[in-house]
Amino acid sequence: MDKPRVAFFDFASCEGDQLQIVNLEEDLLKVVGAVDIVSFREAMKGHSDNYDIAFVEGSITRRSDEPRLMEIRKNAKILVAIGACATIGGVNLLKNFQELESVRKFVYGDKFYNYETYPARPIKAVVPVDLEIHGCPINRNEFVMAFKALLMGKKPEIPNYPVCEECKMAENICVFELGMTCMGPVTRAGCGACCVGEGSVCWGCRGFVDHPNADAEREVLAKYGLSVSDILKKFRLYTGFSEVSK
Amino acid sequence: MNATKVIQIHHVTRIEGHGNADIQIKDGKVEKCQWQIVEAPRFFEAALRGRKWHEVAHITSRICGICSIGHTLCSLKATEAAMGITVSDQTVKLRKLLINGETLQSHILHLGYLVLPDLVRQPSVIPLASTHREEVLLVVRLHRLANEMSDLIGGRTIHPQRPVVGGFAKWPSVAELEDLGKKLESASSDVMTLVDFVKSLAPNLPKFSRETEYIGLTHPTEYAFYEGDIGSTDGGTWPVNEYKGVVNEYLVPHSTAKFARNKRDAYMVGALARLNLNYDKLLPGAKKLADSVGLKPINFNPFMNNVAQLVEIAHAFEDSIQLIKKLVQKWDKEEKPVVSVKAGFGAGSVEVPRGILFHEYGYNKDGEIVWANCVIPTNQNHGNIQKDMEAFVEEIKDLPQEEIELMVEMLVRAYDPCVSCSTH
Repeated sequence: MDKPRVAFFDFASCEGDQLQIVNLEEDLLKVVGAVDIVSFREAMKGHSDNYDIAFVEGSITRRSDEPRLMEIRKNAKILVAIGACATIGGVNLLKNFQELESVRKFVYGDKFYNYETYPARPIKAVVPVDLEIHGCPINRNEFVMAFKALLMGKKPEIPNYPVCEECKMAENICVFELGMTCMGPVTRAGCGACCVGEGSVCWGCRGFVDHPNADAEREVLAKYGLSVSDILKKFRLYTGFSEVSK
Repeated sequence: MNATKVIQIHHVTRIEGHGNADIQIKDGKVEKCQWQIVEAPRFFEAALRGRKWHEVAHITSRICGICSIGHTLCSLKATEAAMGITVSDQTVKLRKLLINGETLQSHILHLGYLVLPDLVRQPSVIPLASTHREEVLLVVRLHRLANEMSDLIGGRTIHPQRPVVGGFAKWPSVAELEDLGKKLESASSDVMTLVDFVKSLAPNLPKFSRETEYIGLTHPTEYAFYEGDIGSTDGGTWPVNEYKGVVNEYLVPHSTAKFARNKRDAYMVGALARLNLNYDKLLPGAKKLADSVGLKPINFNPFMNNVAQLVEIAHAFEDSIQLIKKLVQKWDKEEKPVVSVKAGFGAGSVEVPRGILFHEYGYNKDGEIVWANCVIPTNQNHGNIQKDMEAFVEEIKDLPQEEIELMVEMLVRAYDPCVSCSTH
């Protein structure tokens, strides 16, 4: 049997998710050995439109970028969105909550009209997506797990419970008890609560669980002293595309 | 020659982000030669408006996956400058160690995965895994070590969580630091093998030279990465908060990233600029290496940026081992960041792998951003890439088209550009 043909693409992003794949180090050699990589601009010269699996990083922020994504969708049997920019829009969405003309003028001054942009959106807002690997950046182990599942023709298990569960398993002290506030109660697990484990809080980069208890989260944040405006900002840092953050 | 050569490299590969080279040569005359940036802007500076001081580094880290540590530290320094926050000596040393981790992982990635294939005429590192297996495994080992170092100090290789305004949210233990020190020391033979390998291929780098200005941080006692004043090989030093008078950003129609210029029409930042400015502050092993490849200031060959990165790999290893020794002698694991929020403006700068980086913020009394500006190394380099490309293509215009294409891609790669970062 021929090896599956794999391609990597990116749109508006920091390319940190593709870097996470490169950061697999020795395991990367195994990944590379199991497939034919036919397009990966960041790492190789040459390109083919003939591929089975396309990994797409980044958000769509310009109408002129849509045809390239549609072409990828047409060519790929399986399209996988990788990283928060691609799965939920990520921090690119922050600008959506300001007047776009003011945003463009702030950066480009009186020549702003030369610099096209529209409200940032995740990949699924433009084309159907078969699988999402969440996180900012993606978790290397989760990528390998999902990659293996795809090669075996299976659907990988992506958690649909909140980060709090993994945070308890990791025996972290709840950050609310430490005087900080956290998006863990409504955010999709799968990261092992890595940010809390490193002395920070959950910022929500993996997006909401399927049915987030957003009202309860808002109540908790308010109880711990956040104003309505601060709560909204917290919801919009990563998850601004979701209806509950509007 | 009466042939027409049309070279359209859309997009240049094995670099970060989307950049095009458009070249037309007709009857031996270069009619067009343009470096174009087509990356989608993400409008970070505008998006920051209204966000809280403690989220700012978290957000601006996302400007760049490869240099997220540098963006984080630069951002923290700008916020600390704006609020008049001073950090401890321990924090400064640990941040320096962290920035070494980033320099190492980024330079090793660039040389090992992105540049090496050109030197052995392969399209990517993948075929090298069979033709140069030992060397590739060596690169992978060193890259993993640099990433483990970043993980340990920053809490993550990409978008680190531990560094915060005022210090660190979590410290490594003395045992962990000592263990890292041992690993770095025992990697020295790997480093020397890498150095010898790249040195043996360095003669394959094109001989090209164009006089230009080099800009980077300078410091009276050390090879500056984390702190210092802005220096120029054309003369002059400026405090970081006067960066705007140095970078003079401007727009060109064919680029979504801004260009920059100081005294000439373009300048270069990055490893070669740092080496040209700070050669005499290199640690002994690194200096010996620079001398052995004939790299002395001022070197005007942009391809030597690759070799300057190699020298910096040796320097960062030496420096990190020394920093760890100093840190463990006096270690306070109880140190906590102290922040008092106030209104103000402040600028910060660090040297990231690709060159000098600036962040500047204005805060209101509630610690919310009212104004922000980020000047990225690659956006300072775009103008110099353009000027180099013009001069270089003029020199190689009679070569076959495929050869010109390869050489132009190699030129762009030598800058190790971070294009999406430069557009941000």
